[in-house]
Amino acid sequence: MVGKNILLIYQSIPFLLRGLVVTIGLVGGALGLGFILGIPMAIGQVYGNKYISGLISIYVWFFRGLPVLVLLFLFYFGLFILFNLNLSEFTSAVLVLGLISAAYQSQIFRGSIKSIGEGQMLAAISLGIKKYDAILSIILPQALRISIPGWSNEYAILLKDSAIAYAIGVMEVLTRAQFVATRTYKPLPIFFISAIIFIILTYGGVKLLALLEKKVRIPGYGEER
Amino acid sequence: MNTMHFITDILFPPLLEGLGVTLRLIVYSVPFGFIAGILIAVGRVYGNKLISTFCFLYTLFFRGAPLLVQLFILYFALPSIGLYLSSFTAAVIGFILCSAAYHSEYIRGAIQSIKSGQMMAAEALGMSKIQAVSSIILPQALRRAIPGCSNEIIYLVKYSSLAYMVACVELTGAGKVIASRYFEYTLVFSIVGIIYLIMTSVVTIGLNSLERKMEIPGIGK
Amino acid sequence: MNLEKADHDNGVVLRVEDIHKTYGKNEILKGVSFHIKKGETIVIIGASGSGKSTLLRCINQLTIPEKGRIWLEGEEVTHHMKEISHFRQRIGMVFQDFNLFDHLCAVRNVEIGLIKVKKMDKKQAREIAMEELRRVGLERQANQYPAQLSGGQKQRVSIARALAMNPTVMLFDEPTSALDPELIGEVLEVMRDLAMGGMTMVVVTHEMGFARSVANEIIFIEGGKILDQGTPHKLFTNPEHERTRQFICKIDELYGKTEK
Ligand SMILES: Nc1ncnc2c1ncn2[C@@H]1O[C@H](COP(=O)(O)OP(=O)(O)O)[C@@H](O)[C@H]1O
Ligand SMILES: [Mg+2]
Repeated sequence: MVGKNILLIYQSIPFLLRGLVVTIGLVGGALGLGFILGIPMAIGQVYGNKYISGLISIYVWFFRGLPVLVLLFLFYFGLFILFNLNLSEFTSAVLVLGLISAAYQSQIFRGSIKSIGEGQMLAAISLGIKKYDAILSIILPQALRISIPGWSNEYAILLKDSAIAYAIGVMEVLTRAQFVATRTYKPLPIFFISAIIFIILTYGGVKLLALLEKKVRIPGYGEER
Repeated sequence: MNTMHFITDILFPPLLEGLGVTLRLIVYSVPFGFIAGILIAVGRVYGNKLISTFCFLYTLFFRGAPLLVQLFILYFALPSIGLYLSSFTAAVIGFILCSAAYHSEYIRGAIQSIKSGQMMAAEALGMSKIQAVSSIILPQALRRAIPGCSNEIIYLVKYSSLAYMVACVELTGAGKVIASRYFEYTLVFSIVGIIYLIMTSVVTIGLNSLERKMEIPGIGK
Repeated sequence: MNLEKADHDNGVVLRVEDIHKTYGKNEILKGVSFHIKKGETIVIIGASGSGKSTLLRCINQLTIPEKGRIWLEGEEVTHHMKEISHFRQRIGMVFQDFNLFDHLCAVRNVEIGLIKVKKMDKKQAREIAMEELRRVGLERQANQYPAQLSGGQKQRVSIARALAMNPTVMLFDEPTSALDPELIGEVLEVMRDLAMGGMTMVVVTHEMGFARSVANEIIFIEGGKILDQGTPHKLFTNPEHERTRQFICKIDELYGKTEK
């Protein structure tokens, strides 16, 4: 009896692990999208005129003020269909999580850009470097480095939020766990295993980013916090 | 069907009911989550090896695993060992356990940022460790932890929507029911979204004013 | 124990015997003994890192020595952690960096020990606290928070906080070292008044003017041991060790010109 249970659970692990690929895809895609959108948003908020920065503030307020689940429903069942976008569950989830992450990431980068201060910008401009070149070649390289701790936090949040894609049936770890749990009648160990998978991903990723931070640290650059 | 009529007559009654459930979820979870967070932080810093390790593993688990997984364990898995929780109870317990872990990390950081001299001076007066922690360390640490804990409370307001995933029909759930019946997702979830925005904004303003009210010269940051 | 009775008869308030304290591999205190009688002031001097703070902390068991015993008015303090609160209430302590409770205004700092430890009712505690603040000349600052006080004022509040508990003996750990020179005087004046009023005090300080005029005895700690001790006159003019003379000569250089 016990042996059979263990066997059942054991057999379900490969199925769960295939969900791992989906989860990583969700997180990777959303982090990437959030990064691509977040950087120009941060720059726009710091250096843009008041309309641009006002617009971005509203975007940030909106995507940070709403629950992930509500945004997922709003876009997946509502807006994406309204605009006749024929998107898969996975793509929809990546888009929504990415749009949310852009709001958070833009604030991380904005903080870093601001903490670098005007001095660097003035120094660059006084050397005759154009403003946009200065942003790209002087400000951003420094800002990205000091953004890593905040970014690692964002990774951890996003990873856990990715489980909410369950709500629209994306076959990530939790969805598969639920699937197996109802078939094996062994929900406790199955959900526990999925929890462990997430925990390993959370702390593993955070650890990796800490290593990255050490690697790209510039000597003499003060430690954050 | 006229949109205004849909909103006022069909959508609002169930949404208001759902909002009531959401508010109850929040009102039950926030204070207990915060208090549990204090206990875990104190256990982590001042407890003996056993207690401190337990508190460490607790925060490791509850901050490492998604809240949704935790809710599934409480609602779908516990019955397999004979523990049946209503969906509302499962959600509240899940929110308390999870937010306690996050609160405890902010509070622990704040406790550790307080100079050791404060404890020493308290003990030199003859205070017991418990007295020193409760009347000297915590009043200072909690003030410093307010910004972090406020953030956590705002998160909880939003994540209360996950209760719907364990069959607790709160605001999001009520919206989902109506939206799928009338196939009005964009409209319904825009309105649901606005309600959440109002909630998060009100809570943010409230917590900011609380922070200002609790301010003491030289404390904070 | 006959020592208890003897202490009682001779008016010995605090007796420290053969205190040893090791941190990791470093033996900081290697057997320190001294005693102080009622109304006396002992000044302890010694180089930075010589263990003066550690010694004071051992006296009220904020640090537990590995070896050695301490008596307060004939009662053993060491090995009685259960009753340590009662001893600590009778041993006032003043720290180098004040350690005022940052979330409490001055008067609340002074009364909190009375309320929490002595379980006094709030009204009575407030009266005593105000009286102690008056004694250190700070009744007008009663409602200010530590962050709003100058260093000298902070230290005077912390002295008031200790005095409010009505201690038998007061320990001062470099009470003026963290102060700007112009604020040192006001704190020393309070301490001088206390000594004149008959308080028993153990003071770690390098204010040699204060030591000369107030101390009954000066103890020089070096290498974890008492190297020299005696009246100010003896230590200033005729110390047993050349090392003591060197140290005293160097104090002005090390700690700045002191108030004479
Ligand atoms: N809690 C502690 N842990 C480890 N070492 C300590 C501790 N407290 C003091 N020390 C060490 O003990 C020595 C004596 O310290 P202290 O008593 O503060 O000296 P003093 O007050 O004479 O300057 C120093 O070398 C210090 O580094
Ligand atoms: Mg010292």
